[in-house]
Amino acid sequence: MTNQEKGWKEIPPAGVCWKSSTQYLTGDWKTYKPIRDLEKCTRCLLCVLFCPDGAIHWKPEKEDIEFDYNFCKGCGICANECPVDAIEMKLDEET
Amino acid sequence: MFSEWKFTAKDIAEKPDLFMPGHRACAGCAPATVMRLITKALRGPTIATLATGCMEVVSTIYPYTSWKLPWIHTAFENVAANASGIEAALKILKKKGRIPYEHVDVIAFAGDGGTYDIGIQALSGAVERGHDFLYVLYDNEAYMNTGIQRSGGTPFGASTTTSPAGTVMPGKLEYKKPIADIMVAHDTPYAATASPYYWRDLITKARKGVEVNGPAFLHVLAPCPRGWRSDISKSIELSRLAVETCIFPLWEAIKGEYVLSSPSKPIALKPERKKPVREYLKVQGRFQHLFEPKFEHIIDEIQQITDKRWQLLLKKCGIA
Amino acid sequence: MKIAKQKTLALNGDEAVAYAVKQSDVDVVAAYPITPQTIIVERFSEYVANGEVDTEFVCVESEHSALTACLTAAATGARAFTASASAGLALMHEILYVTSGCRAPVVMAVVNRALSAPINIHCDHSDSMVERDCGWIHIYVENSQEAYDSIIQAFKIAENPELLLPVMVGLDGFTLSHTLENVQTLPDDLVKKFLGTRQFPLVTNHEAKTVPFKLDPGNPVTMGPLDLYDYYFEHKRQQEEAMRIAPKIIQQAHEEYAKISGRHYGDGLIEPYHLEDAEMAIVCVGSTSGTVKTIVNELRSKGMKAGLLRLRTFRPLPVKEITKALENVKAVSVMDRSLSFGGHGGAVFHEIRHVLYDASTHPYVVNYVYGLGGRETHPNLIHKIYRDLQRILKTQRIEEPVQFIGLRK
Repeated sequence: MTNQEKGWKEIPPAGVCWKSSTQYLTGDWKTYKPIRDLEKCTRCLLCVLFCPDGAIHWKPEKEDIEFDYNFCKGCGICANECPVDAIEMKLDEET
Repeated sequence: MFSEWKFTAKDIAEKPDLFMPGHRACAGCAPATVMRLITKALRGPTIATLATGCMEVVSTIYPYTSWKLPWIHTAFENVAANASGIEAALKILKKKGRIPYEHVDVIAFAGDGGTYDIGIQALSGAVERGHDFLYVLYDNEAYMNTGIQRSGGTPFGASTTTSPAGTVMPGKLEYKKPIADIMVAHDTPYAATASPYYWRDLITKARKGVEVNGPAFLHVLAPCPRGWRSDISKSIELSRLAVETCIFPLWEAIKGEYVLSSPSKPIALKPERKKPVREYLKVQGRFQHLFEPKFEHIIDEIQQITDKRWQLLLKKCGIA
Repeated sequence: MKIAKQKTLALNGDEAVAYAVKQSDVDVVAAYPITPQTIIVERFSEYVANGEVDTEFVCVESEHSALTACLTAAATGARAFTASASAGLALMHEILYVTSGCRAPVVMAVVNRALSAPINIHCDHSDSMVERDCGWIHIYVENSQEAYDSIIQAFKIAENPELLLPVMVGLDGFTLSHTLENVQTLPDDLVKKFLGTRQFPLVTNHEAKTVPFKLDPGNPVTMGPLDLYDYYFEHKRQQEEAMRIAPKIIQQAHEEYAKISGRHYGDGLIEPYHLEDAEMAIVCVGSTSGTVKTIVNELRSKGMKAGLLRLRTFRPLPVKEITKALENVKAVSVMDRSLSFGGHGGAVFHEIRHVLYDASTHPYVVNYVYGLGGRETHPNLIHKIYRDLQRILKTQRIEEPVQFIGLRK
């Protein structure tokens, strides 16, 4: 409990949430990081669909997939489900 | 009755997520995937309500929320009553001209905790009254949020913290309650089972559930690596194995008529495709004790029940 | 404003409540029957069946679901009402707290009945007294007329955008609920005008937008989240703050209503009766106050300085008003139609004593537990209480602070 926390007079009533969870970056949870081989990838989009955290995006303007490591928890579901083994889980050196 | 919505993976991928990243679910949580995919199936203005449980807790830790939809949580055992109140309000407010929408869908999510046991009264009541809503059961087969305690949805032989495998007892001794069949017996206009690996089937069924005029029930198997003691990368794979072993076959009941779904059809057509339950059980720590000599007969029993229920389902579907 | 021309109807307490709900343009009624509330739901479903109301009537499968459905209906923007009693109210217990925590302006009629076991269908206040901590406004009525008036006022109070607290109106089971009375009723359009349609306060949502506080697909809000230890305390303090401004809002609604109906119930919070120069007084809640008033009249005609303080609003506790009303009284007998087992008396006794602890003078305060499980309170018993008070004043001693009357030894 820090002094920066809002007091009871400042927060909206009835517990209405006032922050989107996209401000809470869960990416530092990961131990392993998914690395995609751009040549093997067929853009089937299964990884985009299966990711529990919605951390893999299809970018139509780039016609390609993008990994959002700010939210990726490193579970490896994407790597496990990729039908062409284009994703490898590598140890995340940054943390 | 249904719009026969056609969609590609790209269509789904391009739809904005209504269940946003930044939630605190465990790494590898299949229920989270289920939330994402089901909310992709929504067709317009929707109000969502959740029962107390993993998905509610991880997605609404004040002041953060992962929900782009209007959303309410009240308690554990009453999500179907939540939905009843919302639906009744929408109906009357529309009649009195106080809301600007042509139609608002209502969707309720609960785990097996809030459905099979403590939640079944409210669910049964809401369905009997015929409220227009979709009820999605994300089944991780135990009260996961409070520490992996057994529920009516925990399968036979599984080790949980209140039905642990010990020296004398081999885990849960009771069978998994056939909740979807119970819903069919309520004359629910649409009831179905789904699995996240078969995402197209899942999203199609969710859309059908939303479109149905009246109550719809969707039972989704959602593996929990924490509670199932399985590899965090294998949660979606497990949801596939469950279907391939016929432990969790996929079907729909439209106005009480059972129809086998495409993921389970190949097995009905060629029984040799059916994988032995062992393959599913051996990759989960919660069934590890069954591989000891003194409990190995339980695996045979599981195989027998699975086969029996599968045959019964085929009969209901008009096959065999 | 002129006092409206009213129609007198022969209604029992339950019917009066149902009639008030009918006139209040309620959107959703979700209820489960329980004696002695059944007439409310039955009468209301007749209105629905005859197309006399524009209300979605949900015959839920339990009281827990009844209150839940009302809560979420109110969250969606509807005006919601339910009714219960005894075990039904007890079953709602969890959701009573959730409703006030979610700041949903639900109105509920509680037809006061004893709690089991043994099972008893008759009147006492144990069902709602035990819920005094749940964050709802509690109003207790003396007769069916007041039940009718208070239900209408309750919607006005609850829906005040500054307040947003649910309101329960208690009426005595069988004594009021099933007994016919002449009830003056306002014209339909006047009640509708008095209440208007629901107004919503504005809140900041997770998209940093200021939106109305309701479930609306165009302006999504998340209601009922998980609080960790970093915010729960602050949310509860907010509820307490609402309780602190509630007396003003209750009195406002009471005054506005009095202008069109011509009826006052004290100041809306308490109803003092012959207290200005009273030496001894009874504090009472509910229909027994009517009996006490008759006895006070008798005693006054004999020159005795007796009085009555009827508590109409129990939550929020009208501390200032109670202190002022009793400031010259020398001996007070608090009547409780419920008991806190092992707690040295009943709820009202506890609260009156603790309110008066801060007063500049301390009268003698004693407790009489009465009427549990529908036990009749004969006028003789009220006479006995006043005689006891006289003895206390004479001997300047309390023999027994907590007593039971009407009980066979």
